[in-house]
Amino acid sequence: MTTGNTIELDVRGAKCPMPIVKAKKALDALAPGDTLRVVATDKGSVLDFQGWAKTNKAAELVKQETASEGGTEVYVHYLTKKA
Amino acid sequence: METNIETSREHLEAMVLALSKRVDELEGRLPKDKLSMVVFSGDLDKVLASFVIATGAAAMGLEVTMFFTFWGLNAIRIKKDLGGKDLKEAMMALMSPSSSLDLQPSKLAFMGAGSVMLRQMMKDKDIASLEELMALARESGVRLVACGMSMDVMGVREDELAPDVEVGGVAMFVGEAQESKVSLFI
Repeated sequence: MTTGNTIELDVRGAKCPMPIVKAKKALDALAPGDTLRVVATDKGSVLDFQGWAKTNKAAELVKQETASEGGTEVYVHYLTKKA
Repeated sequence: METNIETSREHLEAMVLALSKRVDELEGRLPKDKLSMVVFSGDLDKVLASFVIATGAAAMGLEVTMFFTFWGLNAIRIKKDLGGKDLKEAMMALMSPSSSLDLQPSKLAFMGAGSVMLRQMMKDKDIASLEELMALARESGVRLVACGMSMDVMGVREDELAPDVEVGGVAMFVGEAQESKVSLFI
């Protein structure tokens, strides 16, 4: 990945469109090269971040993972702020 | 021979000039990172959908313009004021919602019960309310425009609408729509 810092954004429980709205806000505050690690429980966020990354000039979707947290699926998205 | 070359060179230069002019003009007409929508409906569910799209698109970096017309005006109303209205306008106002909080869903309205239930279900599931989405839209720079002609028809005055709402017409919308990559009618 990149050399910048990784900042965590917890959007567990937030529903569409809040995960991308919050991610956009958090990314605005980051420096180029920093990575935002977004943790969501909204299943739609997987395709949402892919769509968001398609047109986004400010950040790149580096990786997406699915994990299980005590029986709940969580969707983790890594967004790196572009220069 | 010499003159032939000279003429074809002049001809080519003229063609290049004309072409670059056309390219400039075409580039100016390319759609920008914009989304425009007409919000015609004043149904709670449809207005909700329009604000979900607007806030999502704004988060994706699109410039968003929402053009409220006919029943859609009720979504951006903040009050009902009967003063200065003729009988039909006053009746229309009396039968209309006085703000987004009074909007009814398009299905299962049940004299107001449907909206209470829908709002409660959304709250239970941590989905942003219409008013939260509207605040978010404003915060993200979404432009709210009311259709002046609909305002006239329905007798809605500017002071009955939220103060940050602009008033425009079809040319304003079509102008925006022409520059938009995405354009919707809800």
